[in-house]
Order: sequence, then C-alpha cells, then structure tokens
Amino acid sequence: MTFLGIDLLFALEKILLISAVLAVSLVVAMYCTWGERKVAGWIQDRIGPDRAGPLGLLQPLADGGKLFFKEEIIPTNANRGLFILGPSLAMLTACMTGAVLPWGDTLTFGNTQVSLQVADINVGILYIFGVVGLGVYGIMIGGWASNNKFSLLAAVRGASQIISYELAMGLSLIALLMLTGTLSLKEIVEQQRAGYWNVVYQPLGFFLFLICAFAECNRAPFDLPEAENELNGGYHLEYSSMKLGFFLFAEYINMFISSALMATLYFGGYSFPYMDQIGLDGNWLTILGMGALFFKTICFIFFFMWVRWTLPRFRYDQLMKLGWKVLIPLALVNMLITGALILWQQS
Amino acid sequence: MSLHEIIFIILSVVSIVTALGVIISKNPVNSVLSLIVLFFSITCHYVMLNAQFLAIVNFIVYMGAIMVLFLFVIMLLNLNSELEPQKRNWLKYAGAVSGGALLLVITGILRSASMASLDMNTASDIGLIKNLGNVLFKQYVVPFEISSILFLSAMIGAVVLGKKD
Repeated sequence: MTFLGIDLLFALEKILLISAVLAVSLVVAMYCTWGERKVAGWIQDRIGPDRAGPLGLLQPLADGGKLFFKEEIIPTNANRGLFILGPSLAMLTACMTGAVLPWGDTLTFGNTQVSLQVADINVGILYIFGVVGLGVYGIMIGGWASNNKFSLLAAVRGASQIISYELAMGLSLIALLMLTGTLSLKEIVEQQRAGYWNVVYQPLGFFLFLICAFAECNRAPFDLPEAENELNGGYHLEYSSMKLGFFLFAEYINMFISSALMATLYFGGYSFPYMDQIGLDGNWLTILGMGALFFKTICFIFFFMWVRWTLPRFRYDQLMKLGWKVLIPLALVNMLITGALILWQQS
Repeated sequence: MSLHEIIFIILSVVSIVTALGVIISKNPVNSVLSLIVLFFSITCHYVMLNAQFLAIVNFIVYMGAIMVLFLFVIMLLNLNSELEPQKRNWLKYAGAVSGGALLLVITGILRSASMASLDMNTASDIGLIKNLGNVLFKQYVVPFEISSILFLSAMIGAVVLGKKD
C-alpha cells in the first residue's frame, strides 16, 4: 500500500517508533525528577519523597497534576506570543534529539526487520550538535519575552554559556570522529561492538565532553542561568503553571538524551562485553542490548545528580575562564595527539 | 503531484513569507525570528536536494550560532519605537530606488545565466559528507586552505579589535 509514493507500512513503523522514543524520553524524564529528590535525600541523609504511593513513586504524577491546575499568569507587559513560544521551543528541541540515537539493534518480526533507530542519517552527530545549539532559543526567547531584568540577564547568561561550551564540545567530538571515521551513530556503536569502547581511546575527549554536557544542560555546577540566589530563579522567573513545568521538564529530557548520547559515543551504546559470545540470537540479544544502553544511561543520570548535590555553583567569570582558557586548549591538544597517533599508526 | 512537489511548495511559501516578514515587521525581534525560520526552511530545501552536509552546516552555523548572536545583540539594545529617530523621507525613497536597481540587476543576471537543471528524482550523491570531503580535500585543497587562512586572520583581527579599548 502506498500513498504519495510512501510505503504506508514503513510510515506506520516509523510513527510507532517515534511515539515510543518520545514516550520513553518523557517517562524517564518524569522519573528523573523523582530520582533527583531521592538521590538528594540519600546524599543529604534524608528520606526524600515517600508520601505519594509506595516509595513515593507517584510523586511525579502529583507534581504534574499540581502544575497543570495552577493558575496561569502572563505578565501584562510581556510579549504574549513569544512568552508562550519560549517553553514550547525548549520542549521541542529537547524532544528532537532522540530521533538519531540508536536505541538498539534490529528486531525481526517474521520477514520484516525493524531498526530501533528512527533515522540513521549519515550526519547523525552533526544533527545532534545542531539541535543542541537550538536549545538556547527557548531560554533566550522566554527570558526576553518576560520583560523582567532578571530573566533577561539569565537568558543572556544562558546563551553565552551554551555558545562557549559548544566550541569545546565540538572540538572534543572532532577527535572522536577522526578515530571512528564516520558521523553515523549506528556505525560508531557497531565499531565499538567489535573492538574496545571509545572511552579507552579517548579518555580526555570523554572527560571534556562530559563537562560540556553539564554546561549545555544547565546543570549544577554550571546552572548559572537559573542561579536562584542571584537572579531570583533565572529565565523562568515570570513563568507559572505548566509553562514553568515545561522549562524544568525540558532540562530533564536534555539530561536523559545527553546521558544516552555519552553512553552511545563513548561507552558502546547498546553493545555490552561478550555480546556476541553468549550464544543468544536475534530479538533477545537486541532486547538485552537495549537494557544495557538504559543501564549505562541511568548510571550517567545518577552521575549528573551526584555532581549536582556535591559541587557548589561556579561564579560566572570562572565558568567563562574554564570554558575558553582550559577546555578549548585541552580539546585542541587532544585533537592534535589523536591526529598524530593516527598518522603514526598508518605509516 | 508527487510528495516532493508538495513539500517543495510548502517550503517555498514558508521561505517567501518569512523573508518578507524580515523586512516588513516593525519589531526587530520579530524580524530576527522570521530570519531564523527562513534559514530553517532553506535548510529543508538543502535536505530535499540531498545535500545533507550543507543542510546541517547551514543549520548549525546560521541557525545555531549567528542568529543567536543577532538575537543577543537586539535583545540587549532594547529598541523602542518611541526612542527611535524618525527617518527622513528622501532616505526612504533613495533606499527604495537603490534596492529596486539591485533587484533589476540580479533578475537580469539570473535571466541570462544558464541554470543547469537539477533532476530531483535521480538524487545526486555529491552532497553527502564523504563525497564532499573527497572533492574539497583532493580537487580543491588549495582554495580550501586559503579560505581557512582567511577565516583565521578574520578571527584574529576581530579579537585584536575587540581587545583595543
């Protein structure tokens, strides 16, 4: 069956896959808010949320319900259209990244093979890089449209922080790309499945990428755009109800996606050690691989939370100095060393 | 009508409307936002031509970096219509005449230029990153290196100018 030259079965498969990826991102982000408080409680020797449901597992639903039913306020002097566009853009860009990540190998149903990756485009990494760069628009537009000086300051901080750290992130990625020779995320995972994980070859590159991921997600210790004790709350100061919720939620989705990305690029993605030796085949191996990817992702998410509740926030000039004077030169050195080693190996 | 044509028509309408929005809208922030949407639709046009690398670079550089800086500057300028100096009438007429002259020249050139027709259905692979890299680093390596030196000197120049108080 075809419509306008598209195979309808193919379209159905992709739509189902997109919905699944979206649903998983949203549910994981939802439970990140619960996990964050549980981890915070554990680190600070408290219990954390335990009232809503067993172990407080219904807490995210209670929070969502509360945010939806709160009164919605749009400030009189705010730019109405842009005020609504801000959180929408933040959510949109957060959800777009999952499309190119390989969530698993292929599943086989009868004669059809379903790849668990929505789009295997041959510029996969650059796509993610581009969408991450767009994430700043949500913050900037929201902060400016609020017509509040604290929001504007936070928006400007967010924009300059994300642009500065994008450079170091890109440079650390270039070293990885020189090694893999491909931009397709699926191929990068397959290479790691056959050999060692990329973190073995690129320890410094991974470390730089990790630091930049913290800055790009606006997570502590780089959460300058929402420094509550300097800016009364940051770019979402004037927001209430679910619009505020969307801003905060987009941050958790970003954290989930960047954790999955780090697992994919440096820790083997859906592959795990001795994957091809244990004798399972086909669908079971794919499902185990998905489990492995989620395990790695959750470890990274835990790391994000651990750092947030351990390190104090940087000062703004320290942040800029770290980005421009430490991370970028280190990334350049890493790139040079990688290039020299590759040349030495080839000759 | 094939799917290609439908998408092309939608994208073209979006491009033209947002391009007009850039010059017509009174609020500079809205102008910048229209320009961002315009760049996005141009990126989509590149994808339709199977020029994936060009598309993604347009996306990263123009939408992700340059337009953020535009927005940054315009948001900080805090432009109000009351504070803006009134432009003189003769300036507007001069602008319209010179703009129209430029349009005439461009149309004239485009009419006489021979446009190689691009077949949308037999997708050419030259826009894929591997082929593009081979062309850039083998066939055109000297111009490529020269332009990169040009960019480097422009960057250094900008830093030097910015440092001078």
